[in-house]
Formats: sequence, C-alpha cells, structure tokens
Amino acid sequence: MTTHGAPWSSAWVALSLLVLCLFGIALGSAVGSTGFESWLRAMHDETAWQIVWDIRLPRSLGACAAGALLGLAGALAQGLFRNPLADPYLLGSASGASLGVAVALALFGGNPFATEFLTRLGLTGAAFVGAVLAVLLTLLLARGVQHTLRLLLAGVIVGVVLGALASLIALMRPDVLQGMQGFLLGSTSFIGWNACVLMLLVLLVCLAMAFALSRVLDALSLGESTALSLGLPLAPVRVVLVCVLALATGTAVAQTGLVAFVGLAAPHLVRSLVKTQHNWMVLLSAMMGGFLLLAADLLARMWLSPQEVPVGVLTAVLGGGYLLWLMYRSQTMRGQR
Amino acid sequence: MLKRILAFCALWLIVGAAQAVVLRDDRQVDVTLAKPPQRIVSLLPSLTETVCALGQCQKLVGVDRYSNWPESIAKLPRMGGGIDPNIESVVAAKPDLVLMATSARGAERFASLGLTVLALEPRSHADVQRVMRIVAQALDVPVPESDRVWRHIEAAVNAAAQSIPAQVKGQRVYFEVSRAPYGASESSFIGETLQRLGARNILPASLGPFPKINPEFVVRAQPDIIMVGDSNFADMTTRPGWQNMRAMRTQRVCHFRPEESDVLVRAGPRMAEAARLMAKCLTDKADTSKANDQTKGRP
Repeated sequence: MTTHGAPWSSAWVALSLLVLCLFGIALGSAVGSTGFESWLRAMHDETAWQIVWDIRLPRSLGACAAGALLGLAGALAQGLFRNPLADPYLLGSASGASLGVAVALALFGGNPFATEFLTRLGLTGAAFVGAVLAVLLTLLLARGVQHTLRLLLAGVIVGVVLGALASLIALMRPDVLQGMQGFLLGSTSFIGWNACVLMLLVLLVCLAMAFALSRVLDALSLGESTALSLGLPLAPVRVVLVCVLALATGTAVAQTGLVAFVGLAAPHLVRSLVKTQHNWMVLLSAMMGGFLLLAADLLARMWLSPQEVPVGVLTAVLGGGYLLWLMYRSQTMRGQR
Repeated sequence: MLKRILAFCALWLIVGAAQAVVLRDDRQVDVTLAKPPQRIVSLLPSLTETVCALGQCQKLVGVDRYSNWPESIAKLPRMGGGIDPNIESVVAAKPDLVLMATSARGAERFASLGLTVLALEPRSHADVQRVMRIVAQALDVPVPESDRVWRHIEAAVNAAAQSIPAQVKGQRVYFEVSRAPYGASESSFIGETLQRLGARNILPASLGPFPKINPEFVVRAQPDIIMVGDSNFADMTTRPGWQNMRAMRTQRVCHFRPEESDVLVRAGPRMAEAARLMAKCLTDKADTSKANDQTKGRP
C-alpha cells in the first residue's frame, strides 16, 4: 500500500486484484481436505480429478463471483443512498431470503410429497424469490424510489419484520432451525458449476448496467438537487439501479446464504486505495468483493483442515477487524496532521 | 401380515442379494444400489449407530463430527456435520453409499457429483425399526438378522419398562431438550419412550414433538420429575419461580451427562439404553408418597 496522499491508479489496482483473484482461484484448486496431492494426481486419478475440477474450482470461482456480486451491490447501495454505511442487504433482501428459506423448509422440509416441487425450485430459488419480493415490498412501502430517506426506512422496517417472521417460523418448527442456521452462517461449499455460471452471467449483466449508469451515481454524490439540475433522469435510473442491486444481492444470497460484511467492506477498501469515480468504483468494488470472499473461503478451508469453518463467520471477523483498523488508522493520521 | 412378511423374506432369499436393490428413502426418492456398498459415509449419528448395530461398522469410511458411538468409529475421519458436510472429504473417501438425514444439506450436491445418497430421518420408535430395515436391505444384511437385532432392542425396552415398580407408574414428567426452553412432548421419540415406561408427559402430543414452551407452563403443570441434560440444569435453578416447584424443591430432577443425553435424544438402536436411563431416573426419583396420598384421598 502506498502512502495516504498518493493513491494508486485505478488500473493498477484492478490489475493487481485480477492477479490476486487468479492466484487465489489457482490456490483454491489445490487446497482442501486432502491438500496438494489431489492436484498432482488429478491427471490419472478419477476421484482426485473430480475433487479438483468439480468441487474446488467451481467453489473457488463461485466464491469469487458471489463476493463480486456483493461488492458491486455494496458500491451501488453506498452510491445510491449516498451513505457509507449502506450495504447490499439494506433493502430487506437478506431477511426476505431467510424468510423464503424458512417458509420453504417449513412447508416442504417434512413433507415428502412436495419433493418434486422442492427439487425444482430448491432452497436457492426460495431464497432468491424471498430476496426480490422483500425489495419489491420495500419499494411499495416507500412508494417508489424518489425519497432516499423513505426508502432507507422502509428497507429497515421490511428487514426487521421479515426477519422476525423468519424467526417465528423457526421457533414454531424447531426442525427448521438447523437448516436456517446453515443458511444464516453463509457457506460456499455447495457451489457447483451451474451455480457458478449463473452467478457469473448475472455479474456480467449487473456490471454492465452499473457501468452504464455510473455517471448518475457520480452526479448523485454531489447531492440530489445538483444531480437533478444537471438534467439527469434520476427517477428511472434509480429504479433500474435498485433492480440491479436486488438482482445482484438476491443471486449471491441464494447461492451462498448470508455472507456478512463483504458488501460493506469492499467499497471502503477500494476507497482507501484509490480516489476514483463510480465507473471504476463499481468495477473495483466487485473485484475487491470477489477477492475478499475468495480469501475468506481459502482461509475457511485451510485453517482447521480437514475441518471447515463457515465462511460467513470468517468474513465478519476479518472484514470487521480490517475495517476497524482502517478507521482507527485514518483517525490517528488525521490527528497527526 | 406375518405370512406376508414371511413370504417376502422367502422371496427375498430366493431372488438373492446379487440383484440390484431399489429402496425408497425418506425424500421419496428411489435409490438403486447395483451391488451391496462396501464404503459407507454416514452423516447422522443415529444412522452411524444403526450401521454398527447391524454389525457393518467395518464398512464405514467416514462419519459426521457428532457421531461418537460405538468406540470403534473413534478413529474414522470426520466429514463435517449435518448442515455443513465437507463435500470434498466425502468425495475423497470414494464412498459407494452416503447415509444422511433428509433435513441435512448437500444431498443434491452429492448426487450431482455422482454419489449414491440414501436420506433417512428416524423420528419415532416405528421409524427406528423402518430405518433399520432399509439400512439392512441397503447393506445386504439378511432380513432375519436385522429382525433379530430389532427384537433384541424391543425386548430390552420392555425389560426396562418392567423393571419399574408398579407404584412408580403414572409419574408426570417434564423432559427438557434445550434451554430455550424446548420440551419433548408425547409425540416425540423421547415421549414415546416415556410412555412405554408408564410415565405421563406434561406436554401433550397436540403441541408438536418439540414445542417451545413458556417456562410458566412447566411451573403451572407441576411435574413430578424433571429430566434435563447437565448443561441446561445449572440455568434451571435461576429461572424465576422454578425454585419453588415441587420437583425442584424435593430434588426430583435427573440431570444426564452429555454422553447420556446423546443416548436419550437419538432415535437409533440405543433406544433400549435410553429406556434404561429413564427407567432408572423414574425409579430413583419417583415421588411414591404422592401416589399413596392419592389413594388415601380418594373417596
């Protein structure tokens, strides 16, 4: 990291993050319960090949993609609400997803006749539907996207109420509790190639949309009235951005559960490295988020190997710790000046 | 019925074990086993215990982190738990059968990686027998053998029930599963065992198997005996109003050690041992004076 006064150029940060991610994915294919030897034997041992190709690679790539979706969503949320505390779960998508999972588990978990439906939709589908419905509910309560404050409040209300409903279901049906807990902790270990491709596709779409609309976010950072006076079509763009936010968050949450803190920390980390506009910001935040979750996933696998730590716990502890350090450092530096 | 079972046994013996076995598991999925599995991973303690009770322990190549019985599995690799199975180590063990709970995660992932998954969820006494039968069929254990194991368990449960003195019957029991507090009702596995021991449960079946109850409910119900795990007992004495409950005042509380709690809550082949533990508790702690009072007080 360079000194505080001379931030890195965005292109360099992007390049180093890309290299780090590629290195992480390569390392991810070699780290796990059995270690490097699977990788060496992959060419002539079918099981070793399966472990490297069908488990470790999609998992590493998937962690990267999910993290990127969350990082992107975080950057969008913070830009959209002009609030550094905003995170991807702000519009209620997290609680919506957990309610979706709770309802799916409660309705179909103990009922053998629903398995066909359940396998078709699955818990991932339930989580995605829950997340998107929660955001729609927030929009409905806020009566549109015009009022930032109203949107924020509606998001908080929806989050609390849906979260409480999910807890209520879990209390009434204790057998749901276990499945719910697994979802709340967040885990990257169930990601297969299908989930991976799906997340990458969504990521591409979301990145393209965010990139195209980044000028509006730049204008918004100067204040709503300034943005309006520049003649930008604020209302429709905001709707689109909220949709992108919901899509990105919903997709990530559906595949990995509630991974804490990546969406909040990634944009902050990017800001501590570079001062840039939103076109770079969304891209770098996505890459940073991808790298964060990938690193956490690697650590989760290596730390107590062959045991595994839930990745959501790690992101919360590591991301939180690093952010705290960053905050403390900038405070002391300001004090010295 | 018996005839049909016998006919089925005979047919099964004739057709022989060489043919592919198709079993319907608790997800209502038909699982085909081309040949008897030799490398088994079990991700649920009661299933691990069932495999071992059928004398097939040596075929286990991995278990979940909560499986701790019998001792012979202590050295087996641990492959995560029900909600966080370690996909990679399971695949690396090259199992030809994965036994897991229907409520566990990862069944679809295992299937997509080409593993055979048999998902079973024993929740009641009848389930223990049913699951044992399915596992026995899967592992190519002859039906007479698995029936013998089951009859043995049944006999031991009945023996435990008979060991209880007659004046102890009808004690009203509160069994606490966790400190939320969740209790075990009549319809739970634990409740069924209590019922067979002649005890009454303060939690009716209508509340569901493991209802979360208001602590006040227990105080009002005044159970004769409380059964609880060690870890929850300490907290119990500090609950408002609980010290004055008759069972607490007169020390009619059984607190079970963690390994005993494992035996009590798992719907598996150790249900006879569970019945013995509860029978001992009932016999030791029973409030016989009350039974006498009742007979005296009757008009």
